[in-house]
Amino acid sequence: MAQPQSVAGIPVEELLAPGHAACPGCGQTLAVRIALKAIGRNAIAVMSTGCLEVSTGLYNRSAWKIPCIHMLFENAAAVASGVERALKRKGSDARVVVFSGDGGTIDIGFGSLSGMLERGHDVIYICLDNEAYMNTGVQRSGATPYAAHTTTSPSGTASVGNPRPKKDAPAIAAAHHIPYVATASSSFPKDLYRKVKTACDLTPAYIQVHVPCPTGWGFDTSKTIEVGKLAIETALWVNYEVVSDEITNVMKIGRRKPVEEYLRMQKRFRHLFASEEGKREIERIQAMADYNAKKFGLD
Amino acid sequence: MKHSEYLIAKPSKGSAGQTGLWRSFRPVYHVERCIRCLLCCFYCPEDVIEVHYHRFILFHYEYCKGCGICASICPEDAIEMVEEEE
Repeated sequence: MAQPQSVAGIPVEELLAPGHAACPGCGQTLAVRIALKAIGRNAIAVMSTGCLEVSTGLYNRSAWKIPCIHMLFENAAAVASGVERALKRKGSDARVVVFSGDGGTIDIGFGSLSGMLERGHDVIYICLDNEAYMNTGVQRSGATPYAAHTTTSPSGTASVGNPRPKKDAPAIAAAHHIPYVATASSSFPKDLYRKVKTACDLTPAYIQVHVPCPTGWGFDTSKTIEVGKLAIETALWVNYEVVSDEITNVMKIGRRKPVEEYLRMQKRFRHLFASEEGKREIERIQAMADYNAKKFGLD
Repeated sequence: MKHSEYLIAKPSKGSAGQTGLWRSFRPVYHVERCIRCLLCCFYCPEDVIEVHYHRFILFHYEYCKGCGICASICPEDAIEMVEEEE
């Protein structure tokens, strides 16, 4: 009996070799593994600086079984545009995919991303959103949620952690009127696989993947999947697609859980449970979840 | 070997060495409880669980970092995390 070629419709072939330097329980490498299965071998990956590039591309070694190019924080999308144009000129049908972190996408690389989407290059842009700059030691980014403790937004008597809510990057990407925008989570690999597969035919596409980070968020490595699922079950993260400017396919969650369950699991929110003031902040975060639920019709 | 070949990174397993040495808990597979749902293979962030013949699974302990996701995702508790001896 031969080894199966695919399991539940997902190919068995792996394009990211094991033994890279990512932390145990990393949600990001899980997301990249699944995304690469959907994209296939005939592709070129462009990575901006970040955890992924640092962990899979140590000098003179690589964990990638497809060609990949490491770029700076600010120009991954610009380089991908150039690669795509050059491939078109050569008559190649290889796909171009960008893997970038939330810092490289939402903060520093936003200009070049916007340019790429607006020019309409056939590129799949996958933003791996772990909600801070984890690679350099957990500094806050534009994607850090409200009241999270990071090293540049510490919690204490004068501050509740990150003072600003998370930037709604998928909505900004959708405002470019591109064919496909989606949000996904590494805790739902089949959903992620389907979305990347859809994005292959609807370019330019932007997919933002929520990837829990045990090191930066402060939870046990075995809880990566559980934390990612709770983010969806509390409506702090919503999985949806935007096809031709219409929000469709919102992931239903049944009975919504209170945000405390999600916050309590992570060390970056533990200061909220230590004081009276923290309780008010939790109420504020609950209001954000309620807003999401109302906006996407989750209840 | 040509000079340029030194500069090109070749894909390989273990680009960060034997990452299995990082492990403090080891996943142990109990085949009799396994229902072959293969959820562990999907959710392993490291790709060290291989789908083997007859849909049994096989751990590659050289690179398994022992995060414990497979044990927590298993619906039948067929994977147990056991502390490493040394």
